[in-house]
Amino acid sequence: MASDPSRSETAERLRHLLETEGEIVRPRASEDNARREAAYDELANLEALRADARAIKEDAIDRLPELIETVREVVEENGGTVYVADDAADANAYVADVVDAVDADGRSDHDRPSVVKSKSMTTEEIDLNDALEREGVDVYETDLGEWVIQVADESPSHIVGPAMHLSRERIAELLREEFDPDVEFETAADLTAFARDYLGERIREADVGITGANFVVADSGTITLVTNEGNARKCAVTPDTHVAVAGIEKLIPSIEDLEPFVNLIARSATGQPISQYVTMLTPPTESPSLEFDGPDADEPITASDGESDREFHLVLLDNGRTAMREDDQLRETLYCIRCGACSNACVNFQSVGGHGFGGETYSGGIATGWEAGLHGQDAAAEFNDLCTGCTRCVDACPVEIDIPWINTVVRDRINRGKDPGTYDFLVDGLTPDAESGSGVPLDKRFFGNVGTVAKLASATAPLSNWLAGTGPVRALLERTIGIDRRRDLPVFQRQSLVDWFEANGGAEASRRRARVGTALEREAVLYPDVYTNYVDVARGKATVRTLEALGVPVSVPSLPESGRAALSQGMIATADRRASELYGELAADIDAGRDVVVIEPSDLAAFRREYERLLPEASFERLRSNSYEICEYVYGLLENGADVGALSTADGDEPIAYHSHCQQRTLDLEAPTTAVLERCGYTPETTGSECCGMAGSFGYKREYYDVSVDAGEQLAEELEGSERVVASGTSCSDQLETLLERPVPHPIEVLGPDR
Amino acid sequence: MTTDTIGRFERSLAALEVTSEVVPASAASERIGAAVDDPAVGTALPFEGVSLPDAVTAEPTPTELEDAVTGVTPAAFAVAEHGTVAIGSSERGEEPVSLYPDRHVAVVAGSDVVADLGDGFDRLLEGDSRGRGSVVFATGRSATADMGGLVHGVHGPGEGHVVVLEDR
Repeated sequence: MASDPSRSETAERLRHLLETEGEIVRPRASEDNARREAAYDELANLEALRADARAIKEDAIDRLPELIETVREVVEENGGTVYVADDAADANAYVADVVDAVDADGRSDHDRPSVVKSKSMTTEEIDLNDALEREGVDVYETDLGEWVIQVADESPSHIVGPAMHLSRERIAELLREEFDPDVEFETAADLTAFARDYLGERIREADVGITGANFVVADSGTITLVTNEGNARKCAVTPDTHVAVAGIEKLIPSIEDLEPFVNLIARSATGQPISQYVTMLTPPTESPSLEFDGPDADEPITASDGESDREFHLVLLDNGRTAMREDDQLRETLYCIRCGACSNACVNFQSVGGHGFGGETYSGGIATGWEAGLHGQDAAAEFNDLCTGCTRCVDACPVEIDIPWINTVVRDRINRGKDPGTYDFLVDGLTPDAESGSGVPLDKRFFGNVGTVAKLASATAPLSNWLAGTGPVRALLERTIGIDRRRDLPVFQRQSLVDWFEANGGAEASRRRARVGTALEREAVLYPDVYTNYVDVARGKATVRTLEALGVPVSVPSLPESGRAALSQGMIATADRRASELYGELAADIDAGRDVVVIEPSDLAAFRREYERLLPEASFERLRSNSYEICEYVYGLLENGADVGALSTADGDEPIAYHSHCQQRTLDLEAPTTAVLERCGYTPETTGSECCGMAGSFGYKREYYDVSVDAGEQLAEELEGSERVVASGTSCSDQLETLLERPVPHPIEVLGPDR
Repeated sequence: MTTDTIGRFERSLAALEVTSEVVPASAASERIGAAVDDPAVGTALPFEGVSLPDAVTAEPTPTELEDAVTGVTPAAFAVAEHGTVAIGSSERGEEPVSLYPDRHVAVVAGSDVVADLGDGFDRLLEGDSRGRGSVVFATGRSATADMGGLVHGVHGPGEGHVVVLEDR
């Protein structure tokens, strides 16, 4: 643990990806993300559609064994075959047999039988191409991106855009090397034309067409393929044998259930209102198969007169999905429709691409669920920490999967799978958490218990700050718990917010100070999160002053950590204990009608999102509905008659740049802050970057420092021209202050009355 | 179904850079003839008083299909909201004829243009096949961005034209 070599290897690998594939991926993924947002905004009933889609998937997975039987019956009735494959080897062997039988029938007119494929992540998952090639079959991918990947002998870097990490120049180079063509490759159109001709010929010659399926309709046996190029249509209907390979989770009950997905999938994947081709194919179809060689090439295609010589095989793949279905935490992964929206919305994915943020087959946030479920926990371990829990994928997912939670759970399981480290006693002595002896790595326990660390550092400030700034200590911190020595450490205040408040007379004095203007008859408990309490004390003081000036008396009790830090390290047991402790201490205040006001958005997000999984339902509801983000609260007070003149106001059009916090955005709480800034005479401009990249402890860690700074720089670039910048999250402020080299306060510090 | 719906359909098509025209059945064959680039292939048109022009090869062979520049097919219905044409998949060969040639000319009855996707799904369920048939919702021109820039006309058609038959 002390000199974990994998940490520097990870750093090196990610740095390489940042400089190579990340450069190509970032503009493409962020453009897709922006298009997805715009396409979502066009839908008046977006939330209803997402809820519908979610409900259909929940129901389908619940009834999965029954749907498998239904589809088996109907496909067989239609004249096709259904094979449920237990695992990759089983599926591959079945498909190889189908191809072999076509060959043995003499229907193949080449030495080696040939197969054309349309893009399918499921066949990537089982490495079907390799398996068929070992059996002497020629396999051609016909989706252009997938074909490029096949030529390059690489793995897809994105669920939807497999070659997203390759530049046009690199693709041209690859194709020149492979095909030595007579034509010039200057433009994307040149490359596309070459691919169309080459692959068109492969399709016309092929013996078997293999497709995936976006959805399989159980009660009709309809295979739905959503594509833009048209290759899936050709692969499915040109050769007389069609094999569709789909995970069992692709089943939906009936054709009516398809509509919300058709409405959503193109929007979430590429920002289109609908894809070019939504093929609903109920094979074997009456559409004539096409023989471009031999005597049939000059017979009318209608000559068969509807007499179908078609063969159809539906291969439904289990490969761990049944076990996922029985796993309460991983089940949600099966609702995934593989649109890649979670990848596009993710700053870390944008920085390193799917070869960094991805496993054997799948990439992006949802990959943790897929890889852990299909290939085992270890397959997810390598990239799982790249999910910082920023939650920007939560709004992007068309089926409302709580992707950050899946990442937290898998991280927890990975932690527990490890042997307790040799340095555990260091943290054991320091932090009474629930992970003792469980194998949770030292660095995670350090960051997961940051409140205890901060309390100690504050008590010993400024000595602790001075010590922490010295070379030997930074080297030690880097070696033991992996804090990158390039990262500025927080400066701990000797007097905490709680102590300052008490020194100024506590709640009683606050009541007196709040006797101004109209009585609003509200009282607030300010939650002193770790950073506000020990580091960013100024924003806590500004909050107290603001609330009092608006007529709301405040109390600032010493309260437990929210568990946010523990959650981000995958320490769910510790977070669970913190949640119960905190709720226990706040319950009396809530019962007394006091409002809980929170400055740090990540803590509020814990109250409003994760606590649903940690607290009894009634407790969660009470805390959720009585807690407020500070600017949301101020907005409410102003709406209810509080005097805006009590705040520090500007002249009406003073520009201010505002970076909301990622989790705050997911809670839809960016707007109240901009509204309050406007009412106070500012013209706020908000940022487009999804997250600052700091994400609590992430940016401190040696292996992720460069990734963090890369994301931060995208944000800093947006803000460079702004004279005044504010940010809601403490991490965002730290990151921006380092990169912009000037103060980035919380909005409340700008709005609070001077005193 | 109303003039408004057809207008909306044509606007959606225009946004996809697919051309369109609304014609009476009596003029349809001539207009289809004017819309095709040779050589052209087609499948039977099931509209009263409308037939494929002579220049369009009906019941093509695979060789003729491969060589064709234009494919003419009927659409079972169309969705105004997105500019979508619903192409059936029958023994007459609409699927390959609408897919292989670089230019697709779709012919749809004005009364078969529905407002939105929901109406389109209703049509699927209403038909003889009750959602058990095969159909493609085709919207705009085949496209890819996989080669480092958006390109139209990949495996499917790069050009489209829709002939809407005026209600009788």
